[in-house]
Amino acid sequence: MIKSELIQKIAATNPHLYHRDVERIVNTIFDEIVDALARGDRVELRGFGAFTVKHRASRQGRNPRTGTPVAVSEKFVPFFKTGKELRDRLNDHA
Amino acid sequence: MSGKTLTRADLAEALVRKVGLPRNESQELVELILNEISGSLANGVTVKLSSFGSFGIRQKGERVGRNPKTGKEVPITPRRVLVFRASNIMKDRINAGLLRRKAAE
Repeated sequence: MIKSELIQKIAATNPHLYHRDVERIVNTIFDEIVDALARGDRVELRGFGAFTVKHRASRQGRNPRTGTPVAVSEKFVPFFKTGKELRDRLNDHA
Repeated sequence: MSGKTLTRADLAEALVRKVGLPRNESQELVELILNEISGSLANGVTVKLSSFGSFGIRQKGERVGRNPKTGKEVPITPRRVLVFRASNIMKDRINAGLLRRKAAE
């Protein structure tokens, strides 16, 4: 399922909303999550999962092909931990 | 890091503020969207949200685990696990925000 299909499904169950409003609704939710993470906040959606950001320090890496050392600068990586309810739902004992 | 935690209520609040929907309807829509994604994944269907990331399912085979407390070997049954891959746009936005923040400290 891609975003446009998700929007389509939400629009189908909410006939009183304009399609472009449903588009805004879906985009607003995911933008809000990214904005929160970019501020250093975490997002916890009980039963679904939690989005957090992990810090990776700068390190000396290596080009695996040539073996030359390269500097890898510090970075932040987003991380998602599945919620208990969703995890159970994936394995049919919800 | 500011260390705040956003919840469903904050996402619903964003819909009230930015889309101008009533609060109860906003709450329902947040729930509906999360449910739609969960349902798709439960059916084994990958969910790709452009500029956000993708949620996929991975099948894990049976393996031998160990009870960390007792050291006893226990079988871990085959299961399906969810994997999230953030889009490059999401990674870039997070790094732009947090590296700038860090530099300002």
